[in-house]
Amino acid sequence: MTMPAQQVTPGLSGHPAALALINRHRVRAWEPLPWIIAIAFYFAFPNHLGFGTDLLVTILFALSLDLALGYAGIVTLGHAAFFGAGAYTVGMLAHHGIWTEPISGLFLAAGVAALIGFASGLILLRTTGLTLLMLTLCTMALLEEAANMGEKYTGGFDGLPNLPIPPLFGLFEFNPLYPRVQYVYVLCVLFVCFVFVRTLVYSPFGQSLTGIRENVLRMRAVGAPVNWRLVTCYTISAAIAGIAGGLWAQANAYVNLSTLGLDRAATVLIILVLGGYGRLYGAFIGAVVYMALSHFLAKVYPTAWQLGLGLLLMLIALFARNGVLGLWDQLTSRFIGKRGPT
Amino acid sequence: MSDVLLETRSLSKSFGALAASRDINFKLEAGARHALIGPNGAGKTTFINLLTGVFLPTQGQVLLKGRDITTMEQSARVKLGIARTFQINRLFRGLSVLENVYIAVAERLGAGNQMMKPAGMRKDIVDEAMRLLDMLKLSNDAGHRVSELPYGRQRLVELAIALGLKPDVLLLDEPAAGVPSAESHIILDAVAALPKHIGVLIIDHDMDLVFRFAQRITVLVGGAVFAEGTPKEIGADQRVRDVYLGQAHHG
Ligand SMILES: Nc1ncnc2c1ncn2[C@@H]1O[C@H](COP(=O)(O)OP(=O)(O)OP(=O)(O)O)[C@@H](O)[C@H]1O
Ligand SMILES: [Mg+2]
Repeated sequence: MTMPAQQVTPGLSGHPAALALINRHRVRAWEPLPWIIAIAFYFAFPNHLGFGTDLLVTILFALSLDLALGYAGIVTLGHAAFFGAGAYTVGMLAHHGIWTEPISGLFLAAGVAALIGFASGLILLRTTGLTLLMLTLCTMALLEEAANMGEKYTGGFDGLPNLPIPPLFGLFEFNPLYPRVQYVYVLCVLFVCFVFVRTLVYSPFGQSLTGIRENVLRMRAVGAPVNWRLVTCYTISAAIAGIAGGLWAQANAYVNLSTLGLDRAATVLIILVLGGYGRLYGAFIGAVVYMALSHFLAKVYPTAWQLGLGLLLMLIALFARNGVLGLWDQLTSRFIGKRGPT
Repeated sequence: MSDVLLETRSLSKSFGALAASRDINFKLEAGARHALIGPNGAGKTTFINLLTGVFLPTQGQVLLKGRDITTMEQSARVKLGIARTFQINRLFRGLSVLENVYIAVAERLGAGNQMMKPAGMRKDIVDEAMRLLDMLKLSNDAGHRVSELPYGRQRLVELAIALGLKPDVLLLDEPAAGVPSAESHIILDAVAALPKHIGVLIIDHDMDLVFRFAQRITVLVGGAVFAEGTPKEIGADQRVRDVYLGQAHHG
């Protein structure tokens, strides 16, 4: 009975395109590299672990944005709303002595951010393009203003300093001056979140997000509940951004309005565009390039470093639409041959 | 005699002052091979958009298997068995041909919500998508990005996506438009090879194709049904010849 079927399809599941799809999620040889570098950084630059921690948090934040923007094509300029929500959740709970334990604190941060993402997503994601951009921006502005006005709870403009964060597992103390524990802690959380996001984007769900990004109308015409998918994606993305914000508050032991502002939202967008969106590792490359460059440029041209960054962005926009990783693909494909779509 | 799959009752749609569909009463039976013809701007695509829920009608009803689906969402209609192709390609241009079809098959099987399993591990979906591509002579292009394909080949992907939904009602909006004539038989063969029980409605300007394919023809003019009948009746109808065939036949 099964003979004919086998005879019809002998070459098909062994077809290169089928194999590429079947093996797409396999870990590639170079994929451990970023993590090895991150671990090496810990030993090589013990005096720069504060910078390193900040970098890792930024990567996680950019990764959360990549899920929404890069994969599902949700154009948002207000992603810091969720970063801030996570940061303030951790900050306010700790400051008011309600909850201080770090790991469960992250879950709470994720939960609050997810809730805001879900509620706002239900309404916002009915719109697209410029309207969506403005609405995400407004949502963030509302939260920022709430944090500014609710001085009694949020510390207002000054934020909440000196958060009492107890040692991790009751053993490892967070030392703001020598943030070794923070670095390792953030790296571990980043890794877990990355594995989760990676699984997600290679799943049928992730594939359907790319379908929505590429053609919403067609996606509806194949029977996909587009709005529901988008809300789900946005909620997950918000939760991860909330974790990033929670980590930021824990690592710095304070929280302030900078976690919620347009500055942070724009920066993470720049980072993702710089590194290349919709490609997982764009968040890593973008964050490293951006933070290294702004660090370097700020030293060389203390007054005009943002100008240099702006110029670089223009170059990227003009010549490398898909960011640094896209540029890399173009270069390698010249030598190795055509690369299939991801 | 046979079951009516899809039916419209006094279906009308206006865009402002323009009546794009007027009082259309239409039936598509199980197993039907039905063609919808009419001059440019007659409202053929609009009719399909009303059937699939892209637009809501100004008046009238759409029934699928006896059930009123007039205001139902697009995706819900697809779940009930209506699939379509678009007159102008609507594809996932940045994705590979295989991924395009994968997405359709995955939605049909309800896999689109699956988050924790790699897409490639759903071998059933990959295999089915590959088989479809093979049937449409597309397997050599399976790994290529859709945007890299010539337009005519992209038309075949359009069809592959619709077939991946295994519909009961298949609505084809000029499937062969833009396909080189040497390849248009692939589309016809694929349509001919469809399961007998499904109802197919095809829009096309190619009269040879229409008369070969269809058992029934509806002529739409100015948004309204102008004539309906067998190919023989329509071919012999002098009024139809006057308004439509006379102009379009020679080409
Ligand atoms: N979304 C819309 N808004 C306004 N007018 C529309 C819209 N869609 C279609 N129309 C108008 O409705 C009329 C019918 O258009 P439709 O696309 O259904 O024609 P058609 O029969 O498919 O033509 P063709 O053979 O050129 O594809 C046209 O006059 C068109 O301009
Ligand atoms: Mg049309």
